[in-house]
Amino acid sequence: MTETRPLPPKFEAWFASRGWQPRAHQLALIEHGLAGRSVLLIAPTGAGKTLAGFLPTLVDLAARPKWKPGTRRRGIHTLYVSPLKALAVDIERNLETPVAGIGLDVAIETRTGDTSASRRQRQKLIPPDILLTTPEQLALLLAGSDAETFFEDLKTVILDELHALVTSKRGDLLALGLARLRAIAPQMRTVGLSATVADPDELRAWLVPQAPDAPPALSEIVTVAGGAKPDIRIFEADESIPWAGHSARYAYDGLLAEIGRHRMTLIFVNTRSQAEMIFSELWRINEATLPIALHHGSLDVGQRRKVEAAMADGRLRAVVATSTLDLGIDWGDIDLVIHVGAPKGASRLAQRVGRANHRMDEPSKALLVPANRFEVLECQAALDANYVGAQDTPPIRDGALDVLAQHVLGRAVAGPFRADDLYAEVVSAYPYRRLGRHRFDRVVDLVATGGYALRAYERYAKIKLTADGTFRLTHPRFAQGYRLNVGTIIESPMLKVRLGGKARGHGPVMGGRLLGEVEEYFCEQMKVGDTFLFAGEVLRFEGLRETEVIVSRTKSSDPRIPVYAGGRFPLSTFLAASVRRLIADPESWGRLPAPVRDWLALQKEHSLLPRPDGLLIETFPHEGRFYLVLYPFEGRLAHQTLGMLLTRRLERFGLRPLGFVATDYVIGVWCAADVGAALSAGDPTPARLMEPDMLGDDLEAWMAESYLLKRMFKACAMIAGLVEKNAIGSQKTGRQVTVSTDLIYDVLREHQPDHILLEAAWADASSGLLDLRRLSDMLSRITGRIVHQRLGRISPLAVPIMLEVGRERIAGEADEDILRAAADDIIREAMA
Amino acid sequence: MTALRQGDDDVLTAGGLINLNGAAVRFDPAGVLHWPEERLVVVADLHLEKGSSQGSRGRFVPPYDTRATLRALAAVLGRLRPERVIALGDSFHDGGAEGRLAPADFDSLAALVAGADWTWVAGNHDPLPPAGLGGRPVEEIAVGSLTFRHAPRPGRAAGEVAGHLHPAAKVGRVRSVRRRAFVSDGGRCILPAFGAYTGGLNVMDAAFAGLFERARLIAWMLSDNRVYPVRSAEFIPD
Repeated sequence: MTETRPLPPKFEAWFASRGWQPRAHQLALIEHGLAGRSVLLIAPTGAGKTLAGFLPTLVDLAARPKWKPGTRRRGIHTLYVSPLKALAVDIERNLETPVAGIGLDVAIETRTGDTSASRRQRQKLIPPDILLTTPEQLALLLAGSDAETFFEDLKTVILDELHALVTSKRGDLLALGLARLRAIAPQMRTVGLSATVADPDELRAWLVPQAPDAPPALSEIVTVAGGAKPDIRIFEADESIPWAGHSARYAYDGLLAEIGRHRMTLIFVNTRSQAEMIFSELWRINEATLPIALHHGSLDVGQRRKVEAAMADGRLRAVVATSTLDLGIDWGDIDLVIHVGAPKGASRLAQRVGRANHRMDEPSKALLVPANRFEVLECQAALDANYVGAQDTPPIRDGALDVLAQHVLGRAVAGPFRADDLYAEVVSAYPYRRLGRHRFDRVVDLVATGGYALRAYERYAKIKLTADGTFRLTHPRFAQGYRLNVGTIIESPMLKVRLGGKARGHGPVMGGRLLGEVEEYFCEQMKVGDTFLFAGEVLRFEGLRETEVIVSRTKSSDPRIPVYAGGRFPLSTFLAASVRRLIADPESWGRLPAPVRDWLALQKEHSLLPRPDGLLIETFPHEGRFYLVLYPFEGRLAHQTLGMLLTRRLERFGLRPLGFVATDYVIGVWCAADVGAALSAGDPTPARLMEPDMLGDDLEAWMAESYLLKRMFKACAMIAGLVEKNAIGSQKTGRQVTVSTDLIYDVLREHQPDHILLEAAWADASSGLLDLRRLSDMLSRITGRIVHQRLGRISPLAVPIMLEVGRERIAGEADEDILRAAADDIIREAMA
Repeated sequence: MTALRQGDDDVLTAGGLINLNGAAVRFDPAGVLHWPEERLVVVADLHLEKGSSQGSRGRFVPPYDTRATLRALAAVLGRLRPERVIALGDSFHDGGAEGRLAPADFDSLAALVAGADWTWVAGNHDPLPPAGLGGRPVEEIAVGSLTFRHAPRPGRAAGEVAGHLHPAAKVGRVRSVRRRAFVSDGGRCILPAFGAYTGGLNVMDAAFAGLFERARLIAWMLSDNRVYPVRSAEFIPD
């Protein structure tokens, strides 16, 4: 039997020379490519996903006649878009091997924020065959007046790590960019490369144009079954496991021993500060001076590149890293992945574990190190999930309106457009398929004049409808403004950390090496002389100079500013359900370490075990206060929201709540009144307390005065271009922007509460920071299944949250308290 | 009141008001200076039509700032019922601002001006007085022991009441709070900006250097219903 082999002989020969066989999914992708079909490839790490994505392009380019001087320059053939610029650089390196090996004459170049102006210019004149870039750079290219000639020959767009892109505003920006590309190059097809996802059909629909009012059109799909089962263990220590906290200090000796036993260990943590702490603690006990390095997004790029190179060369034994190493970057020969802290999502765990042994047929080896008892449960649940291949990425939301506003301006920057055409284009993008014409027109109005009922800015319009029926940019300076502000990443403002001298007289001594960047809020709390951990050493804060933090080195080994090391990601819905099931089923506890088993057994004896489908509420007095502890296991964000709503409600019932604290698992509220007695007396009943109607008026009232919405609004206002991230010739500091967007927010909310950007901010807040959908799902899940357990003292399961109560700042602490504390005692009494 | 600090005994007057170069004044939480004895209210840096000024440069901030500012001003004047009002300069964001006022806003401002003995102190944003709103234009004006002008003179100036700098203070250790503030050392006072879109300049900024006697410097931070007096040791930079 002969198979038809789509692979040209040159390619066959190259595979053979490496002792490889082309894999079935690689061939399938070539076939789809030859037929011009868009396709989604779902494959585990190590399956040769990237090569599979590029093979159809390479095959096509190999068959292409050579370009003859004097003929028209050919535009880009294949565009590759990745969420990380490091990934683009890495892919360029990795493609060199097959391109050289097969003997292809293919020009491959990257275009990122780091690409020099001269190189950008040259790329426009002589486009490479394959261009590797990011969503923001694509938006900029599309806003160029030459976008049409640049892209008209485009055959393929490869979208890497698609699962990571589509759930964010960057994904929205990219989806709109793709719609634009399709209009310029109708022959263009897409190739999505993705790790495991909950709903592949959503990604398939995302890849292809959608028709109005039709069921979703889907791309082809090629799925590669998982490779060898990973070998994952949960760290077992002789010492007992901490009740609370995130340091995992108990495990450091054991971690060092593991590093010693392996060639190259990758240690993943959830936050930068955790990375710093573990790195410095490991070095404290690293008597064998094993080469251990640190890698996180705040470090200076130069320093990161050094670590990456050392990894690739095998000169390191371990790297402590955050999510900057999450995505498909392939460095070095890692034979153990350690995950400190709970993984928060099974998909994320699978992705990180996949970093070990980047070969599909060998099992990856991983070690989970829970930092506290609840994390033991979460790790066990994640471990179960990984074996069953469960997937838990969030669903794709409707496209954001602020991103659409940015796209509309970008479209005008590229040249005149008709609203009808642009609308048709926009709704062909999957995230925007449900966008009505009226909302689209409101967004266009937002771009043109701000979208205000008071038509104050008509004569300053950025884009104007002209006599020929097209919208046109009214002034070139708006094009410049667009280029400076493109993108959707509104990070907390970052400050550069620079080594300088000790503060003398009027401020710090300047002029040393750049160490990296930290969030502005991190520095807000510091005074000159405070010490903190950064870039693996203890630094002394000397002061701020414009956007730079000046620090000096210290001999001290004890940083004074504690680092909060909670998780950045909330517990995923899927894992939460697994944790609830695990707790409720004593049969399954055999897999847990003895201290955790005993802990759950004690809970069963002294109180109740939370049921997987219900909600357990415990009440007990402690040191003169009355505590209410809930066990929803719905993740920190949903719990924060619930905590805020619950305290409002308790207040109304006269139970005098004083504060609350929320973790990924539990909410603890403390009251001055006996909340246990009240619930037992049915005043209110537990069901009344938890009634889903709290998502109505209570939520509205709270949101109205919440800083959360202000923060969301700020991001929306910047993305939509209402205020500028970067103004021409001046870099506004984050502080000035905060003040003005807060003022704008207050004025707008009072005078035009239905403004489209307030709508956008509300949509962001409810799906993002508030996790409203999850909260409302939870409230309806538990209806009729709420159990109140009134206790005389703390239950075993409540111990971790009670420890957090002492440790965390009380949520909702008022500005007034801070002012009162700072105010002068004597005059304060007089003025009170 | 217990043990006053050395040199502090004259922060407040016997009547519980603030002693400003001998005048007994109130720093109102709304951000205006109130001098009950003179039935005088002073308001600084209204920056009317700042929004539309931004708008003319393509930054389409909500054009409701004038309305919001005038509404707040009407509320505080209605509460304090002064006979005299001094608008301490930069009342209008630019020379064209008066012309850009929406008719309704123009009318409500004209009504406020007509309701009191109104003085427009010239500012750097509005060196020329408004043309059609009434009121008396001055470069600066003295009342009793106080002199009212827009921009503070360099160095010490006892009895000067100015605006221009938009002072704000920031305090707090674990988490910080930043508020507009009156700053005063008992001799001179700089008022917070009143306009809805006016940001604040941190009182630790170099622009404030040399203007005050540091040991006696207090920032009176605005809050909803009161002002919080804060000493310079508590200030933190932005």
